[in-house]
Amino acid sequence: MTNQTSSTSEIPLIVEMRGIVKRFPGVLANDHVNFELKRGEIHGLLGENGAGKSTLMNILAGLYRQEAGTILVNGKPKVFSSPRDAIKAGIGMVHQHFMLVPSQTVTENILLGLDDPRFIMRLPEYDSKIAELGERFGLKVDPRAKIWQLSVGEQQRVEILKMLYRGVNVLIMDEPTAVLAPQEIEGLFETLRAMIAQGKSVIFISHKLQEVSAIADRVSVLRKGVATASGVASKGVSRQELARLMVGRDVIFALDKKPGKPGDVVLDVRDIYADNDKGLPALRGLSLNVHAGEIVGVAGVAGNGQSELSQVISGMRQCKQGQVILAGDEVSNHSTLFGIQHGMAYVPEDRTHVGSAPNLSITDNVIMKKYRKPPILKNGLLDMKAATKLANELKQAYDIIVPNVSTPVRLLSGGNLQRVILAREISGLPSFMVAVQPTRGLDVGAIEGVHRLLLAQREAGAAVLLVSEELEELLSLSDRVYVIYEGKIMGEVMVKGEGHDEALVDTIGQMMTGTPLDQIQNEGVAANG
Amino acid sequence: MAESTALNKKRSPFRIRVEPRLSEPPAWYPAAVTFAALIVALILGGVLISFAGGDPIRSYQHIAKASFGDIGVLSDTIVKATPIILAALACSVAFRMKLWNIGAEGQFIMGAFGASAIVLAPVLPAETPRIIFIPVMIIAGMAAGAVWGFIPGYLKAKFNVNEIISTLMLNYVAVAWMNFWIFGVWTEGGFQMSPKFPQTAWLPRLLEYAKTFPAFRGLTTHLGLVIGIVAAVILWFIIFRSRWGYEIRLIGDNPHAAQYAGINIKQNIIWVMMLSGALAGLGGMSEVSGVVHRLQTAPLAAGYGFTGIIVAWLAKLNPLVIIVASILFGALILAGREIQPSGVPKMIQGIILVCLIASDFMLRYRIVIDRGEE
Repeated sequence: MTNQTSSTSEIPLIVEMRGIVKRFPGVLANDHVNFELKRGEIHGLLGENGAGKSTLMNILAGLYRQEAGTILVNGKPKVFSSPRDAIKAGIGMVHQHFMLVPSQTVTENILLGLDDPRFIMRLPEYDSKIAELGERFGLKVDPRAKIWQLSVGEQQRVEILKMLYRGVNVLIMDEPTAVLAPQEIEGLFETLRAMIAQGKSVIFISHKLQEVSAIADRVSVLRKGVATASGVASKGVSRQELARLMVGRDVIFALDKKPGKPGDVVLDVRDIYADNDKGLPALRGLSLNVHAGEIVGVAGVAGNGQSELSQVISGMRQCKQGQVILAGDEVSNHSTLFGIQHGMAYVPEDRTHVGSAPNLSITDNVIMKKYRKPPILKNGLLDMKAATKLANELKQAYDIIVPNVSTPVRLLSGGNLQRVILAREISGLPSFMVAVQPTRGLDVGAIEGVHRLLLAQREAGAAVLLVSEELEELLSLSDRVYVIYEGKIMGEVMVKGEGHDEALVDTIGQMMTGTPLDQIQNEGVAANG
Repeated sequence: MAESTALNKKRSPFRIRVEPRLSEPPAWYPAAVTFAALIVALILGGVLISFAGGDPIRSYQHIAKASFGDIGVLSDTIVKATPIILAALACSVAFRMKLWNIGAEGQFIMGAFGASAIVLAPVLPAETPRIIFIPVMIIAGMAAGAVWGFIPGYLKAKFNVNEIISTLMLNYVAVAWMNFWIFGVWTEGGFQMSPKFPQTAWLPRLLEYAKTFPAFRGLTTHLGLVIGIVAAVILWFIIFRSRWGYEIRLIGDNPHAAQYAGINIKQNIIWVMMLSGALAGLGGMSEVSGVVHRLQTAPLAAGYGFTGIIVAWLAKLNPLVIIVASILFGALILAGREIQPSGVPKMIQGIILVCLIASDFMLRYRIVIDRGEE
């Protein structure tokens, strides 16, 4: 799929967007953006959160309407007033948040809104049609399964099938990997390649450089509503260059991390067992410890007990067996309050559903763990002046970009919301902090900010447990990394210096798929000897 | 290209789109939308009145005159508003935590019963001075209401019983309970009412001071209004300035975040339901001791608890706004009866509620009108 300059002119453009302008209150989301899609290519659309990628594609999918500019499909100008128009023109979009009916089957969801079948649902007939379609594109999913029974990856396949069933030729995927586990991402990529092979075209929206360079033939980059690159071949451009086009400056991938000075053990997790929400065992005899002044990483494929581990530590989940000891006190199976009072900070995985109260102000959100004590609590009442002062100080110190602190946090971008949460957690001067996926969904600039905050915690002598699925993040921040697999620790490795040696990554990779460390070492010895 | 644009223009010279709001509207906006919704409701009501053969303008004039026309009717309006204030406060505190307490009606009745029991049991003799009688009745009324709130609260906290159903059902239990005592125990010569309370068990009314202030002659506004206003102010402080209120707001907005912040949600469910019940019970006490002066089903189980639900939403759960909204509804109830015993006034209340709920849409979305551009 290389793009020789000689052949580019021959491949017809299937979509052409010219001079697209779209304003939202206070933001120019798209400023005269041009975008071209060729038949049979995967086109990566890169940009930070809020750069205008989704807006541009929502216009193409008929969800928004541009204020200026034209859209041409197969060379003919088109005006879309609804997604239905766009689908008629062969353009469909799979959104980040799926639009499926959980209680209905895959087939029912796919047929929803179509004129055929008209009255009598001859479902078996359609079941086989959909199964066939899935086969063709490598989208394996049982047409008779109910949506709620499916994993997130499978639900995404249903969304793609929905579009394919409607005869779409151009598929827009909005941040499709954000919800997927690593192995599911590979499956998605295969599907996308199969679609290309059959003459479809794909627009792949992402802010992850790695993925875009892995899957896309050509790349366009948006920054603050302006296209900084249009349709460059992904082979001919380095990740550093793409990053610069996205953020407008060089991103420092290497953080300046000072050598660690680990102190006493702060967190000691001893042989814990716990169930997940469905009552199935999620943690089976897991032990680990974290010392003062170090960042300890937990690596693993999503769903191997990481969430449950952080919940048990923070007190949001009961454990059936074992102990969590924080600075000498047992905190497991106490209330969350007990942990908070013992100097524990917790940056939860789910920023909007657990970490914040969306309709309350920034002020109300930052006092969440401080309202029980002076200076916020005064004579049994909340001192709102003190609270507002605190919020303003944090806004300044943590670079939270909002007009004022009475703004409800639901209006904040992901990066800003994460800064509010980190500000709240760190300003409590914790002796121990659990951070779960602290950079998920954030753009490059925001990620760097979060990393710096975590390293500052380490230098201040706090113990930090960092749970992440980004191996690169773990290796650049952690002093030690534990690898978790099916609720057990497979092994522990030290991270030395900046260089990520391949052997270390390989070892972690093997542990992530269930091989214990001692077994790997034995094999290594056997191979060497 | 020209072809498609022309076609598009022919179809619609301008188009109306609805877009979600991406930024917070200015502070005056919600109030303006609420006001506009009221106006729209009155217009719609007017249309229906004219369909029914009435003259809407004269009807509304009559309503205005019959509720705010002179000090006498204004006083009557306030008397009607008083129980609504307390019932709406009761609903608002529960709704703030997303506890759908539909049982203010039953809690109101239990409050009236609890207060009456002090007089009728009798707990205190008839000659007890008012200064003792009234506070004891207040406490008894609030306690009885709180018990009626505790039951669904406890069931919800302990067994996750749906509070909508349990509070709704307990309304019927409360009516039956009151009827049992009225018919079976405290009946006044076989009639469906208890004997009249001694005057020492009445909340002070303005007309009692007519000797000193002649203007007060005939005004039935009673101390319950003061109780309602004080309760609203205290509740405002609890919700927006106290530690407990912060917890209530946090749980209401996101229970997961509240748990994460170390808040005991179950305990709060019970406490808030008890507070809600106590406020409604206080309303029942105020009504029985300030207006009815005897335990009697019809004037007490008159739906104040249900009106309170509407008023709480009309006021966007803000305790201080509830006072104003209650007076509006007091006027509607009073004046409505002037035009028609039922029907129209109920209809206007319903239309107002529907318009208010619909107006919420305007807070979350904005409507954009495009002229055919391009």
